Amino acid sequence: MKRSSWTEYQKEIADNDYYYARSCIRQNFFPGSEKAFLNIIGKDLGLNIFDDPIHTSCTGIGYHTDIVPLETIMTVVARQFALMGEAGYENFISSCITSFGVYTEILATWEEFPEMEEKTRESLYKATGRQLCKPKNLAHTSDIIFHHREQIARQAKHRLVNAYTGEPLKVVEHIGCHYAKLFPKSGIGGSEFPYVLAGMVESWGGEIIDYPERRHCCGFGFRNYLVQANRGYSIANSHRKLESMAPYKPDFIVSNCPGCAMFLDKWQYTIAEMEGKVYGQNGRGIPVLTYEEMAGLVLGYDPWELGMQMHQVDVEPLLDKIGVEYDPAAKYLGRDGKYIGRPEAAVVNSCSQNAFLNIKK
Amino acid sequence: MGKYFDMLLEDVRLREGLKACMNCGVCTAVCPAAAFYNYDPRQIVSIVQTRDDEAIEELLRSETIWYCGECMSCRPRCPRDNTPGYVIQALRRLSQKLGFFVESEKGRQQLAIKRAIGENILRTGYCIVPKLVRADMHPEQGTVWKWVLDNDEEIYGRFSENYNREGAGALRKVSDETLAELKRIFDVTGGTEFFDEIERHSERKAREMGYDGADERYFKDTYTHNSNKHY
Repeated sequence: MKRSSWTEYQKEIADNDYYYARSCIRQNFFPGSEKAFLNIIGKDLGLNIFDDPIHTSCTGIGYHTDIVPLETIMTVVARQFALMGEAGYENFISSCITSFGVYTEILATWEEFPEMEEKTRESLYKATGRQLCKPKNLAHTSDIIFHHREQIARQAKHRLVNAYTGEPLKVVEHIGCHYAKLFPKSGIGGSEFPYVLAGMVESWGGEIIDYPERRHCCGFGFRNYLVQANRGYSIANSHRKLESMAPYKPDFIVSNCPGCAMFLDKWQYTIAEMEGKVYGQNGRGIPVLTYEEMAGLVLGYDPWELGMQMHQVDVEPLLDKIGVEYDPAAKYLGRDGKYIGRPEAAVVNSCSQNAFLNIKK
Repeated sequence: MGKYFDMLLEDVRLREGLKACMNCGVCTAVCPAAAFYNYDPRQIVSIVQTRDDEAIEELLRSETIWYCGECMSCRPRCPRDNTPGYVIQALRRLSQKLGFFVESEKGRQQLAIKRAIGENILRTGYCIVPKLVRADMHPEQGTVWKWVLDNDEEIYGRFSENYNREGAGALRKVSDETLAELKRIFDVTGGTEFFDEIERHSERKAREMGYDGADERYFKDTYTHNSNKHY
């Protein structure tokens, strides 16, 4: 299959006026990314986006651990769509990949089985008094950044280029499984050649790495991570990906799924603590970014305002490569600028001062 | 013959997920669970396709239907448009409905998931909140996560004006009115009843196994015990 085959899988993405649904995982582990997304859309791009306080989780993690029945999640999703309609919007965008998959699956199921849509409408009305309003356009938030990537490139303060060598940064992109494996037509580029992140990276000066396990799952596996007894599944699959990508010496990993970004970050810590093995250069782990963080850095946001201090793998070597200016001491400040102590050291970040200076040279 | 298959057919995911499997094994080749466990989705689909009651009941009571991670990597690769992941979802639902899930170590974990994730959804409006990812139960989350938990108000406060408070923003407190709507949705659509069934069957099995019911000790054991016979 040709590399350009992604162009056969296109989807319509709304230009403006978005109803924003938050992600359980992203707001826990990357709250700065959700804040940055709202700022990029609202302030940098000057578009209209609504952050509704009365929406909830889609319950997708409960659904994919098989404790929340299909009829229940359908009605919770119908409530989210109803809220969108009540707020006067018709373009629904989801911060979470699991949720995006759920919304896509439910809209397709209603299409295929109209009696289920009817039943859901009745259940929603009975439970809440609300009326289902199906979105005119459904997109993941990474689709929205992709859609506006050239405008972001025009406003860029930094490019994904090594400031020391002038070479493009080498980037591993990881697409959350539920972005397009459920419904390939719902993702830019489909499930085999998703272009949503690659398009951003290329527009902003970086270079994508192709590696054997590129499309393999990060290893979340829902019940396989959530239940402690099963967690070996999760680390084993992340390990498989990290081993496969390491020989290509990526400068960083970027993911559009909050869970994947978290696991690829945290499992590097665990592998380093257990085996002493690190996958990045100069004795360090590979920094793992969300696409909001990547866009934020390109637009000149402060890394600590993006929440990058919440990563387990330190991002400073990458910031230096991009040429981002930052205050190292501000990393460990609370909301009012108070020093709140710092995390204990970890093998995945251990690196001699000399090696760190060598990168700069 | 076909009693369980007919019950499975009531689930639209079975109708969507199983058309006509030719047993090529592509699903198994790409499956992260098959790479880790002694697990073969091809075989599961093949068994369901036979419509054999005895064989399907064996599946419903087995460890094997609980290995899948529902990543759905099988779905786009199947040359016949089957989705073994959907078949698994239908099997898991039926296994819980009939109470067979408690007959396997991995199936019994549904109680731990119901109490951790399920109850948290109704309590907070979210599947996950920071305090659910306790540092002592999640050592893999690392030193930074422990630092975040120890300073949650300060750190989340940088990114959300309404951390643990009502209003818009990350990890805002979901209002009582909204939580009541969520609970009514669970009541009306069978979600609450499904939770109760997981509890009821777990209680029965726990007593059968010598516990004083599905208490904290049973819950913790289902969450942590691994017989290591799954590979």
